[in-house]
Amino acid sequence: MPFIVNTDQDRAAMLDRIGAGSFEELLADIPEEIRLHRMLDLFPSLGEPEVRRLLENLSMQNRSTADYVSFLGAGSYDHFIPAAIRTITSRSEFYTAYTPYQAEVSQGTLQAIYEYQSLMCRLYGMDVANASMYDGATALGEAALMAMSITGRSSVVVAGKLHPSSHHVLKTYLEAGGRRSIVQNTIEDGTGSLDALNSLVSSETAAVIVQQPNFYGCLEDVEQIGETARKHGALFIVSADPLSLGLLEAPGNYGADIAVGEGQPLGSAQSFGGPYLGIFAVRQQYVRKIPGRLVGMTKDRDGKDGFILTLQTREQHIRREKATSNICTNQALNALQAAVYLSLLGREGIREVAVQSAGKAHYLAGKIAALPGYALKFSRPFFREFVLQTPVPPPAVIDRLLEKKMFAGHDLAPYGDEGLLVAVTEKRTRSELDMFAENLGALR
Amino acid sequence: MNFPEDLRYTKDHEWIRLLADGSTAVVGITDFAQTELGDIVFVETKPVGTKIREHEVFGTVEAVKTVADLYAPAGGEIIAVNGALDSAEVVNRSPYEEGWVIRMKVDNPSSVDALLTADAYRQLIGE
Repeated sequence: MPFIVNTDQDRAAMLDRIGAGSFEELLADIPEEIRLHRMLDLFPSLGEPEVRRLLENLSMQNRSTADYVSFLGAGSYDHFIPAAIRTITSRSEFYTAYTPYQAEVSQGTLQAIYEYQSLMCRLYGMDVANASMYDGATALGEAALMAMSITGRSSVVVAGKLHPSSHHVLKTYLEAGGRRSIVQNTIEDGTGSLDALNSLVSSETAAVIVQQPNFYGCLEDVEQIGETARKHGALFIVSADPLSLGLLEAPGNYGADIAVGEGQPLGSAQSFGGPYLGIFAVRQQYVRKIPGRLVGMTKDRDGKDGFILTLQTREQHIRREKATSNICTNQALNALQAAVYLSLLGREGIREVAVQSAGKAHYLAGKIAALPGYALKFSRPFFREFVLQTPVPPPAVIDRLLEKKMFAGHDLAPYGDEGLLVAVTEKRTRSELDMFAENLGALR
Repeated sequence: MNFPEDLRYTKDHEWIRLLADGSTAVVGITDFAQTELGDIVFVETKPVGTKIREHEVFGTVEAVKTVADLYAPAGGEIIAVNGALDSAEVVNRSPYEEGWVIRMKVDNPSSVDALLTADAYRQLIGE
């Protein structure tokens, strides 16, 4: 971080340059009654060593996955991040760049985004991916708006158990536009009921939305749900965990019209909840309705390959209030992390991460379910996350396991739900899993 | 620039031609509009069967640098969309013939007479 000096002399020089007599003169247009007329009520100033000590002491109170064994998931996962990612993404050419506005001079940035888009298309089995969105939840909100714009219909049906935070963001997105509604399907044994869904989807439905794996970690019957959407001319929106696609079918292969996802598992640190990465991909026929930025490949007049921002005419700096969306930015650095992560791991590596995460999750689930007082809440198949019924309330489990330097999982009570949501990644070792089960078994 | 005498024009740079049956019409964009827009890459309209009111947006024309709305010169129903627009540059090449955009059934054919004549349109664009 640079230290920016601002001496009396500097201030005098700046005022002189703009022709103002004093700083007060600059504030002349601000009405008297809203001026503060006193100093801000701040702590007394500290010297640099004192500030450093204060902040270090504060930061030492943090408990992180660096020294705790984490079973936290619920949308943010403790997957291993190879050092090469940091090495590449921390290059200043990438690290200091924002989304490309004067785009074509930044060929490297555009190429990185183009590679990211291509990788997302392959991973999700879709035709076109954009340069990314803020996070998985906003990508889902944009997908719903896009489906409404394509179909001219104003209601979406959530077919299964969506992450409550995503549901909230979706609601915020749709509320702003007037008569739009979200219909929630009935949840049975941890997944959406297909029978109930049939009666909820109609010719008024713009899109049927499903999260795979769902918030509980369970696998929804995505093929049947997609079938129901098609039957009524609704679009099929799938929010899929990118790493789950190392094992599970790609959304494009079971009929998704729009595929979105939270890209954090692909090489982004959990870092208190962000910045994350919104993955957004569509079928070719909807390319002109896609929100956000798109990078394309072309040839210059000498016949050399080059990269450009494409279809900008639908964006807000040209289309103003008629733009396809108000998003004109992307998460370039996180997208780069995802691109490097996928390139490093390759097809085999991604599969390996998914297989190990799922295998370890199932090993642990089996072990815990055998403990007295514990049970899996749902019987449906799951990927790397599952809900436990516990003999003592989840907050107590979490507190007691913190003493053992373990993050036990996510208490579902704040969502008006019950249970402990436990996630297992490939990073967990056999002994960590055994120790976790042992610690749980010892709780009374 | 070419502005055929048998057409009527709007201030938004569409043209409309009433056919012999008196209520079917063909609609497109003017020579002036296609020149101003430059290379047209995509034309999108509401689907056949859509009812549109006079001056309502019924589609968009996308050029390399911008996207313009298409406004209905008259109220009625879209009965055909030009399949040749899959190669949208046809609008640049032949705005009044091959590059027509929609055919419509006009609700009130006399409303078409109230639109601009070729001369009035020429005046509007300062020719």
